[in-house]
Amino acid sequence: MTLTDLTLHEAAALLREGKTTSLELTEACLARIDSLDPTLRAFLTTTPDLAHAAARAADKRIADWRPHSASDHPLHPLTGIPLAIKDVLCLKGTRTTAGSRILENFVAPYTATAVQRLLDAGVVILGKTNCDEFAMGSSTENSGYGVTHNPWDAARVPGGSSGGSAAAVAARMAFGALGTDTGGSVRQPASFCGIVGLKTSYGRVSRYGLIAYGSSLDSIGPLARTVADAALIFGAIAGHDPRDATSMPTPVPDVSLDSKDLEGVRVGVPKEYFIVGVQREVEAAVRAAIRGLEALGAQAVEISLPHTEYALPAYYLIAPAEASANLARFDGVRYGPRVETRHYSPRSEAERGGASLLWDVYLDTRGERFGPEVKRRIMLGTYALSAGYYDAYYGQAQKVRTLIKRDFEEAFKSVDVIACPVAPTTAFKIGEKTDDPLAMYLEDVFTLPPSLAGICGLSVPCGFDRNRLPVGLQLLGPAFGEATVLRVGRAYEQATEWHKQTPNL
Amino acid sequence: MALTLEQVEHIAALARLRLTAEEKARYREQLSAILDYMAKLRQLDTRTAAIEPTATVLPLRTVLRPDEVTPSLPPEELLANAPAAEAQMFRVPPVLE
Repeated sequence: MTLTDLTLHEAAALLREGKTTSLELTEACLARIDSLDPTLRAFLTTTPDLAHAAARAADKRIADWRPHSASDHPLHPLTGIPLAIKDVLCLKGTRTTAGSRILENFVAPYTATAVQRLLDAGVVILGKTNCDEFAMGSSTENSGYGVTHNPWDAARVPGGSSGGSAAAVAARMAFGALGTDTGGSVRQPASFCGIVGLKTSYGRVSRYGLIAYGSSLDSIGPLARTVADAALIFGAIAGHDPRDATSMPTPVPDVSLDSKDLEGVRVGVPKEYFIVGVQREVEAAVRAAIRGLEALGAQAVEISLPHTEYALPAYYLIAPAEASANLARFDGVRYGPRVETRHYSPRSEAERGGASLLWDVYLDTRGERFGPEVKRRIMLGTYALSAGYYDAYYGQAQKVRTLIKRDFEEAFKSVDVIACPVAPTTAFKIGEKTDDPLAMYLEDVFTLPPSLAGICGLSVPCGFDRNRLPVGLQLLGPAFGEATVLRVGRAYEQATEWHKQTPNL
Repeated sequence: MALTLEQVEHIAALARLRLTAEEKARYREQLSAILDYMAKLRQLDTRTAAIEPTATVLPLRTVLRPDEVTPSLPPEELLANAPAAEAQMFRVPPVLE
């Protein structure tokens, strides 16, 4: 038995039965990282010392629990389980870069709430995973530290922005991971890497300690090998946190995954998501998955989300506008390296153009340390918010966001979940889209509308294309409807074998 | 609509980004193409008062915390990431010469 081949649930069961230890699981993951990550490059930082200490503490917790195992004495199911964390989430005392050279030496002085909740549950953190810089991208190619490779085909991207987390889970270097999803960054890499990814509803998981990209859109969610595993991580991180005023006091449901049939479940199939430009094999796999849901008793009905085509332009104004404000804090003063090219030689007013030396530090630090895509989005957002253009761009995008939100509210009056593709294609080749930002943005066409509406969505493996690249089924639920999408996803998973396929490594 | 070089320079200055000549030319071209695509949004008539802009998807509510003094992070830990610090302050180059 190879320990790293176990699902999270299987590993947790062995821990409880005393058939393995957290230290063994941790060593197995670290050894796999050592052997595979020089090629895949999913991790930016590994934390073996922290992991060993956490594993020993977890093993003690389990040993203390065992005499009480027959009683109601609680042991969190995640106790002793090794997971990976996307490097946009702070972990105290550990380097946290957000994939950016502007934070290359930043050591987080506190821990994100979502991460702390995992630590409190007894999770072992293996390290911090690669991502597009500040989570801006759909391929992990925008990382300041190099691209992560897709475990199914090293010449291809793992998707993004949580590409490192997705690759780590798909390559079985970790039993699960945290990612973040602003416009598709959990769902799309999960789809590209053949694993499960849950985009949580906006306000469901505290954003405290998450390095902000688009604050009205950012969400934190799990990536795992099965829906059941993702549900377990979701249960641990969700819920109100007084440190994030946008985290909602809505109770976190006990996710019941027992039902194998979908009798009475109404599945909406939005016609706007089956359009020209969708890879034929992706459409075929998703259509087959919808028939699979019907075979389980669900009723599929065609629906319309009429404003779908406007989500992409609306998102790529709103998110960059928020990013341009959020990233103003990276100025070479409070954290990160400071770039000083001018060396304070006294200059005339004309030479300086009236600007101060501090102004030069801002310009040089940001100009040199931000990567091309981050600069592009800051520029786009700054323009959309600037005098004379605000109403035409940002204001109009916010109104269109209202229309998109209403599309979903209307749809969920008659259906329980919506089923559609995660992305129009399977994983593309590294370098294929880097010269054309708009082509890269089009990758997000089916994940952006739910993000703008703030609803939840699950990516579940549902097939392969002719190159044996995974295809993902996207199951969307209403805001705070995670229990429903997880239940439907779990029923589908139990009826299929797609999630059991693994890449040859 | 094509952005002018002057517009690109103006945006870069607002965003506090020093760009090379090559970057300015590239962003001028790329941002112009992206903004052309965004023009699609104007196909939708949103002038009716019934379409309010969405700034947040959450219901509006006032979030207050108890008015109690709680500990903050220690200044020395927060200053540890600063490129230059002195006497519990961030040190910056001269603002005036």
